[in-house]
Order: sequence, then C-alpha cells, then structure tokens
Amino acid sequence: MLTSVLSRVATALTYPLAPEDFLTVVDRRHSTRQRRGVVTGVEHHGADVATIRFRPGRGWLPPRAGQWLRVGVEIDGVRHWRPFSLSSAEGERPAITVGAVGLVSGALVRATRPGDPLYLDQPQGDFVLPAAPGPLLFLGAGTGLTPLRSMLVSLLARDPDADVTLLHLARTRADALFADELDALAAAHPRFRLLRRLSGTDGRLDLTAPSALDALVPDWRARAAYACGPEGVVADAEQAWAGASGLTVERFTPPRRVPAGTAGGRVTFARSARVVDAAGARPLLEAGEEAGVRLDSGCRMGICRTCLTRLDDGQVRDLGTGQVHGEPGDLIRLCVSAAAGDVRLDA
Amino acid sequence: MTMTLTTTAPTTGRPHPGAHLTTAQLDELAREVDAIRAEVTGGLGASDARYIRDIIALQRTLEASGRALLLAGRASAAWVAGVGMLSVAKILENMEIGHNVIHGQWDWLRDPDLHSTTWEWDNVAPARAWKHTHNDLHHTWTNVVGRDDDVGYNLLRVTDRQPWTPRALANLPLNLLLAPFFEWGIAIYGLELVDYREGRKSKAALRRDLAEFAKKAGRQGAKDYVATPLLAQALSRSGLAALTGTFAANVVRNLWTHAVIFCGHFPDGIETFPEESVARESRGQWCVRQLTGSGNIEGGRLLHVLTGHLSFQIEHHLFPDLPSNHYPAIAPRVKALCAKYGLPYTSGPLLRQVAQTWRSIGRLSLPDAVRDAWPNLRAGRRRAARARRAAVAV
Repeated sequence: MLTSVLSRVATALTYPLAPEDFLTVVDRRHSTRQRRGVVTGVEHHGADVATIRFRPGRGWLPPRAGQWLRVGVEIDGVRHWRPFSLSSAEGERPAITVGAVGLVSGALVRATRPGDPLYLDQPQGDFVLPAAPGPLLFLGAGTGLTPLRSMLVSLLARDPDADVTLLHLARTRADALFADELDALAAAHPRFRLLRRLSGTDGRLDLTAPSALDALVPDWRARAAYACGPEGVVADAEQAWAGASGLTVERFTPPRRVPAGTAGGRVTFARSARVVDAAGARPLLEAGEEAGVRLDSGCRMGICRTCLTRLDDGQVRDLGTGQVHGEPGDLIRLCVSAAAGDVRLDA
Repeated sequence: MTMTLTTTAPTTGRPHPGAHLTTAQLDELAREVDAIRAEVTGGLGASDARYIRDIIALQRTLEASGRALLLAGRASAAWVAGVGMLSVAKILENMEIGHNVIHGQWDWLRDPDLHSTTWEWDNVAPARAWKHTHNDLHHTWTNVVGRDDDVGYNLLRVTDRQPWTPRALANLPLNLLLAPFFEWGIAIYGLELVDYREGRKSKAALRRDLAEFAKKAGRQGAKDYVATPLLAQALSRSGLAALTGTFAANVVRNLWTHAVIFCGHFPDGIETFPEESVARESRGQWCVRQLTGSGNIEGGRLLHVLTGHLSFQIEHHLFPDLPSNHYPAIAPRVKALCAKYGLPYTSGPLLRQVAQTWRSIGRLSLPDAVRDAWPNLRAGRRRAARARRAAVAV
C-alpha cells in the first residue's frame, strides 16, 4: 500500500518521464523501454568465436534450451539488433556463443567486455526438446552447436541416461566448438554418443547419401533429429530426411531459393534520395545499407518485421520462396526481398 | 478570434529573395546544401551519442535537484537555487532535448528511449500535436503566409503580408501576455481552431486533440502545481513556496523560449512569402526560402545549448533533422553559400534580435499608411539588397 502510494507520487513528480528514467544520471545507457542485461564474462574459443555470458535485467523470461533471442548492441552510437541462439543450458547463467562473421557479431566477439550492457529481446523459437524425449539425434556444425549444446546439457542434467547421439561436424578439432566439454560429457554419460567428424582429416561427409548416415548412426530414422549449422549442412539434412518426419532445423541465415544471377533492378530509396542498382538475389536491406541509407533492421531473416518498408512502386522477389509480389502501398520485409525490376521504396 | 489570415495577403512589391538566381544556380545551391547534409550524416557516431546523453543526464540532475530544493522552498536560498535549477532544466528539456528529439535528430541512434516516435516533453502541448504543426507545417511551409501558421500563430501580425485589421492594435499587449505563457499559446495553437472553424478539420479530430491536450496539461499541472507543493507542505510546510517556485520556473522557461523562437523568424531582414510563390517550388527555391526566412542569434556555447541550437535557426531550417550539435560547425559554410548566391544571412546578438521582434510587432500593429512614417522596418531589406549587389557573379 505504502509503496504503491510512493510510486504514484514519484510518477506524478517525474511526468512525462518515469522515475526510473532518472537512472540515466548514473548510467547513461539506462533504458526504461528496453530489457537490458549486463555482460558478466566473455570466453574466447579461438580467434573468431566467443561465449558472452550476461545477467539479464528485470522482465526476463527464462529461456527453454535451444531457443534464440535478439540481442542489441551499440556500435559507434547506433543500436544494432541480431538474433543469436542461446548456448547456455536451462538453469545456467544465460549466454550466447557468437562467431564473428559480420558487423554486429564481429563487434560482439572482439569488443565486448564484462560490465557492458546488452539490450535483450525475449527468448523465442520452437527449436526445443520434445516434452518426453525418446532417442535423439543432434546434427551440428560450426556455431550451429550453440542451441544443441544448450539442449544437450539441459537434457543430461535432467536425465543422465538420456539416449542421445551428437554428430558434430567441424574442419579441425580446434574448430570444433565445445569439444572438451562434449568429450567430458560423453565420458560421464554412457548413453550419450559423440560422433565428431573432422572434414580436415576425415574428408567431407556427404549427408545427402543415406549410406553415410546409415554407417554412422544406423538407427537415425528412429531418432528425433535436430540440425543446426551453415545453410549447406541444414539443406543437406533436409534432403536426407526428405519425406521422413522427425527432423527439426534451425537456421542462422534465411534459406535462399533465388539463384545468384537473377535479374534485379534500379532501387530508389525515395526519402533518402539514393538510387542503387541491386542484383535480383540481393536483399534490399543490404543494397540500401551499402548505399548509406539508414534502415531499421532486426533479425535480418524475415522474422521480426523491424525492416518493414512501404513499397511505392515496382515489385519485389521473396528470397525465401522466389515468388514475385508487391503492389504500391504494400509493406515489405527488406531483409528477405530483392528487386524484381525497378523498385521505389519509402525509405 | 475573428481575424483569419486566409484572406488574400497584401502584395508588397518586394521581389522574391531568390529572384536573381537562374534555375541552374538554384539546382547548384540545392546540390551544395545536400552535400553538407551528406557529410554530416556520414560522420555521425559515438561522440554524438555521448553528447545528447550527457545533456540528458545534466538536465535530469538539474530537474531532480531543483525540484528537491523547492521542497524546502521556505528557505529563500533554497527557493532561489531551486527556481534557477528547475528553470535551466526546463529550458534544456524544452529546447536542446525535446524540440530536437521530436524532430528526429537522434532517430539514427535507433534508441527507443531517445526517439521522435516515443518522446514526450515537459510542456503542456502534446508531442504529437507539435509534430504536426511544427515539424510538418512550419518546417515545410516556413514563412509562407497562409500556409505556415507560425507566422503570428493566428494571434499576432508579424509581417506586412498579413492584412491589417483592428485586432493588430492589440499586437503588443497580446505578445506581452503570450510570452510568459508561451507553452499554453503553443498548445492552443496546436489545436488548429481556425482550421476547425473554417471546415478543414473535423469535429472528431478536434475532440481527440482537445482530450489529448487536457490530459497532457492536467498531468503537467498535477506535477508542478499539486504534487510538488503537497509534498513540500508535508515535508517542510513549504507548499506555497514550492507552488510559486514551479510557476516561476515555467514562466522563466516560457519567456526564454518565446524570445528565442521569435528571434528565429521575426527580426528585421527576414522574408515572408506569399502563397502563390511556393506553387511548383523547386528544391533550390525551397533552400532559398529556408535561408532567407530564418535568422540566427550570435553568442557563446552556453547560449547555443540553452537555445537548443535554435540560435542556428538558418541551419536548423535547412537541416531540421541533423543533430543540433553539428550546426555550429556547418554555419560558416551555410553563410558562405549565402554570400556566393547573393542571399542575406540574418544574424545578430540576442538582445538586438529580441528588440527588433518587439519593434516590428509594435510597428505592425499600426495600419500600413501610419506605419510607413516609421522607417526602420525597411533597414533589414536594404541590408538584403546590399548583400545581393555585393555578391560575386555566380
């Protein structure tokens, strides 16, 4: 009762700000609109990959193993958001494991220090363990191990005798993410089978040939399978499982079904007065950013709709389906749309 | 209010300040303006983000300290210090922060806490209404009589392009009344009552705006004139002192913003434009209108920050959504453009500019025939003509 009265008085006194807005006095990057976390530790796995552990602030919902979240960081003053899978298991301090491949991931890997703020969206996604897991097969490559590690550690903590096989693809052992931890888990849990295939020494595994999988995991068809990794690996897995049910995949980049040579067009960003020629397989978001147009974006894979922009003229090609669509006035997702002829955008 | 400004404006016989420029010259001017803009946007970064966040932290420190001092306002030292701090806090909030954030100057940070779509300011005028009348109408139709109602705010006669009516006789007392309550003037003006009366605004839209205004003003009043005095009364029986203190801070802020904003468009030498002059206006002509329809205030860094850099009104009108902390650096280049194209660049110290706005408003209260006996209004225009003649051929 007293606290509610006090909080009403405080709110009346600080209007149109909220009382918490005054925390910016001690912390310039305090936010009342954005969930934030504070980085508690950064662990490097080689030069280009790092696990960033953070203490989430108020309003954080505990993630389920395998989920991802959008993380916002400030780079040269500008807030950028990207999606990352959580590598932490349920009950562990939340962490993402990031490979430095672009602007944001590069900054996260190289410039993050304990104490830095991270802006956080809620964890989401349905790349999660079944409610009552039977035999499982995890298939992962590169940083695709992140959600799989989260699921595996969570599963074995709950059920040390869980029947789970991990087919881990990497170039060398040094590149194999979480290798030491996975070895230790395999030693401690007899029914956890760790199959590590190193393309540098064993040659590349052709997943699309069923015989390859048959030899490694004879009962693979009987297992609920989860695949995550570079687009090539995920696409191969989808081909191997074609028709068969029981494969769940997670992608870090949207699937591209549009060939590289597809004809694009001249793109006019009307409000920014910029005109660029964009190829037919190039996301309008990238074409605009390269031309210096300031565009809002979030997940960059067609999920979050932050980049919705009004199409004033022309048509676009959906990079996921290859379908050409668009009427003047339509709101389109710039991150998964390319020019199909000349296009005029309200941006 | 019975006077409207939509009757045909008197013709003054003055040429458009860009009349001597060819189409090619106007296009070149637009290109040069765009080049300055591109250079600034290309260089925005972490130091700019730090600047605005530091200003916000300073403003919130002053706001909290000033209000806290007023809670003990019975002690006259606390009252004076409290009013001083709260006044500066309100001025910073209104000008360097509120006005500029609502303009979208900081949208590029992509920080939802510092964004034109989410910002609400410490002012009885709701940010949404302000965005419409100020960002849309005033910045697009700057100084176009009949289109930009900032020309006199439907209240004053500030240019000879507005026809004289007997109400102009009240120019000076109206302006005297407007200055200390300027935020209320802005809020009522934002309701667009003239548009409603003349059928350009629907009853539903007016009702919505009225409700929004009532809610906003109510909460502003609850903060300054109810919650603060009640708490002061409970803590130190300083209720009355706190009430006069918050009132004084609002008046100081209003006097300041009134002075600064009037200096932006009403001092001598600044042009207004007839409605027909903007038909099929090119981008170059738009630039000329912004350059010659605005005026700067000269002064030091502190003055610029306290005016929200509206002391660089000319630069602000050319680039309304560029972060204000960049205006000082681009001002010499804008001034050089004016010299190159033979356009006046109006600028002067604060007191002189303020005095000129009051003198003009006084003179314009008189019918034109009487006023013409009063020669000073022509002085600015003579300066402009001199600048045109002195310009090197381009």
